Amino acid sequence: MLTNPSHDVVVIGAGVVGAACAYYAARAGLTVAVVDRGPVAGGTTGAGEGNLLLSDKAPGPELELAQLSARLWNELAQELPAAIEYEAKGGLVVAADPAGHRALRAFAARQAAAGVTAHEVAAEQLPQYEPHLAPGLAGGFHYPEDAQVQPALAAAHLLRAARRAGAELHLGEQVIAVLTGPGGAVRGVRTPRRTLAAGAVVNAAGTWGGEVAELAGTQLPVLPRRGFVLVTEPLPRLVRHKVYAADYVADVASGSAALQSSGVVEGTPAGSVLIGATRERVGFDRRVSTEALRRLAAQAAALFPVLAGVKVLRTYRGFRPYLPDHLPAIGADPRVPGLYQACGHEGAGIGLAPATGLLIAGQLTGAVPQIDLAPFRPERF
Amino acid sequence: MPTSPDATGYDLAVIGAGPAGLAGAVAAADRGLRCALLDAGARPGGQYYRHPAPELRAARPDRLHHHWSTFIGLADRLAAHRQAGRIELLSGRHVFLLEAEQGGDAAGRSAWRLHVTTGERTGHLRAAAVLLATGAYERQLPFPGWTLPGVVTAGGAQAMLKAGLVLPGRRIVVAGSGPLLLAAAASLTAAGAQVPAVVEAGDYLGYARRPGVLAAVPGKLGEGVTHGVALARHAVRLRRASAVIEAHGTEQVTAVTVARLDADWRPVAGTERRIACDALAVGHGLVPQLELATELGAETRTVPDGTLALRVDARQRTTVPGLWAAGETCGVGGAELALAEGELAALAIAGEPAPSGALLARRRRLRGFAELMAAAHRPGAGWPGWLRPDTEVCRCEEVPAQRITEAVEELGATDARTVKLLTRAGMGWCQGRMCGPAVAALAGTLEPAADRRPLSCPVRLGDLAQLP
Repeated sequence: MLTNPSHDVVVIGAGVVGAACAYYAARAGLTVAVVDRGPVAGGTTGAGEGNLLLSDKAPGPELELAQLSARLWNELAQELPAAIEYEAKGGLVVAADPAGHRALRAFAARQAAAGVTAHEVAAEQLPQYEPHLAPGLAGGFHYPEDAQVQPALAAAHLLRAARRAGAELHLGEQVIAVLTGPGGAVRGVRTPRRTLAAGAVVNAAGTWGGEVAELAGTQLPVLPRRGFVLVTEPLPRLVRHKVYAADYVADVASGSAALQSSGVVEGTPAGSVLIGATRERVGFDRRVSTEALRRLAAQAAALFPVLAGVKVLRTYRGFRPYLPDHLPAIGADPRVPGLYQACGHEGAGIGLAPATGLLIAGQLTGAVPQIDLAPFRPERF
Repeated sequence: MPTSPDATGYDLAVIGAGPAGLAGAVAAADRGLRCALLDAGARPGGQYYRHPAPELRAARPDRLHHHWSTFIGLADRLAAHRQAGRIELLSGRHVFLLEAEQGGDAAGRSAWRLHVTTGERTGHLRAAAVLLATGAYERQLPFPGWTLPGVVTAGGAQAMLKAGLVLPGRRIVVAGSGPLLLAAAASLTAAGAQVPAVVEAGDYLGYARRPGVLAAVPGKLGEGVTHGVALARHAVRLRRASAVIEAHGTEQVTAVTVARLDADWRPVAGTERRIACDALAVGHGLVPQLELATELGAETRTVPDGTLALRVDARQRTTVPGLWAAGETCGVGGAELALAEGELAALAIAGEPAPSGALLARRRRLRGFAELMAAAHRPGAGWPGWLRPDTEVCRCEEVPAQRITEAVEELGATDARTVKLLTRAGMGWCQGRMCGPAVAALAGTLEPAADRRPLSCPVRLGDLAQLP
């Protein structure tokens, strides 16, 4: 059993949120250790599409977090290697009928009041944005601030930058105990291989955040919400933006357990088109759902008829970590001194990671937070 | 497209019409079961009994085959069952998704839905039980020059010969590891090619450690001796504990460099020699094709050759109810073993109480031999020693070895899946079938992880949109 020299902070989780926490903490001059039971990006991060979206968020705390993150991703794109595939490609939300277009207009107006840029696109202008879109759509909205990264590479390069700033990385080691001292304050963590002493522990364990919270003697009701993504053969660039139908916003915000599906279609630098995303609450059931595949395929073909003749090479699934009110838990947990929560980002974790990391690092160093953290307080459940 | 002949579906769907699937289908039909026999190939027989299309009018297809009479026997029984309506042969069909039906059970109602594609069209059929006999594909270990034209897989060379009576070259080096090499070299020389060397990375000493197992399978020994005699007659040199560590040429392979290997398959410096050739047939054994089962959560075991195989019980049941497996999917072991396992599975599916002792004994003997062979041909950990940083490992996505090393050493990949996420190795058309074993080894994975691959082959998006 190894006892590593004491750190300022141990981050549990080497997904994109843990990586961002480690990156900003190390940059703030803290000594950091990251520990994960699997590899880098082994959970939700590795199953994500890399959406950095403002367009799907109504004014409120999550939008504020996403706006801060959007600025940070823009900076990170300069600091990290091009390999993270950051693309400020913009999003295009389309409506099938005039009623849908009116709803989008009302939504965009509320977002504009919160500082989101959105341009109305009339039906006849849609082909200028996306030449292969299905004819007959009622119109849409263009969100130039929507962007994309390759999530696993983004997490890996954040971690590499953190390591270059002195952070340690322990992969393949599961945290089996969160150590506490007199008064219940956190003193570090234990894995089967080592004890990592630290005055602060960040729970960035994503879908498994509830289990880590339990190890620390508290609770966080994180549950999995399953999603499938289809990946096509490599194609010439057919899809320029992140394109999705208006009902996606309703699905994201929905609390229903039943299968929801709204096609989100996007191209990637490698040429494959990614088609997401279904949402259903079925625990950690990994079995493939033909119904989910059918709906995704049908919706993608409805948006882009040209895709009907294209081959789908593979499909993968992932589990989004969600909390009952669909907001992440971010910040110091007053129930356990020294414990910081950074999980429950559901399907928006890639987008929200930098802001989460910056805010956690800020709390660790006593900085003034960039946004109000009250809506994200971990003890709210 | 194939659809169920009636609402209740088939009693049994057999996926794969190689030795295991053929034996299973005819044995099940013998016992009155209504079977669908599906295969991606144009004709039944699989890789082992691959034979020329009738239009080629091959005078003697049996010349390239052992046990051709066994195949003829199975083919005759298949024909009789097809005529009687007990077996429907569905060739040119790939099962891309195997779905356990909600509410299905084995007591009369269908429990499985098989989603099938011809590449052009899709459809589905239903069955109460499924026998998975999907065989295996070749394990490839990359080396500098392996993407040159003229470099083919050992099995590919066999297949070209068996199906099209075509040779990949005139002077063909055969290399890699495993019993397929001797068989391939014998076929190639029989068809008129010159084989300057058979280069085997293993040392074969593994076979001698358990002579009891060898003595129990005289047929296998006989096969080896036959190949050996054939090769000796053509003055083919067998180089053991050696490997082709580079293929040379610009437009086409013109020569290979062969080096001795140490016990870990690390090339020994100073032992290199160049052999001129116009083709190289190379393969490192076979990898069971399991994704339809592992996607359903079927348990696997690690075979001594480092591959994963399905875990089955004494009656060929996998750990998924209603799903049986036979042949290479249970661990690569050759056609004779596949025939025995296919029949055993069929008996169990037909509800026969206990199979004959002779059949069980045959399987035990052959399975024991297969495990011994597997151990002898397990790739040594030192094989990446013949890679160079720019050697392409994933051909579909053009990922060189150095990008994989970087992902492991710098970016925190500790397994093949994460290497794939970080480098795209294995994300292309073949979905990692070609580079998977190499990537796993470079990732430092000691035990391979089961594939979770919901779609076993590419499917048109428009067809997915029509899934029932």
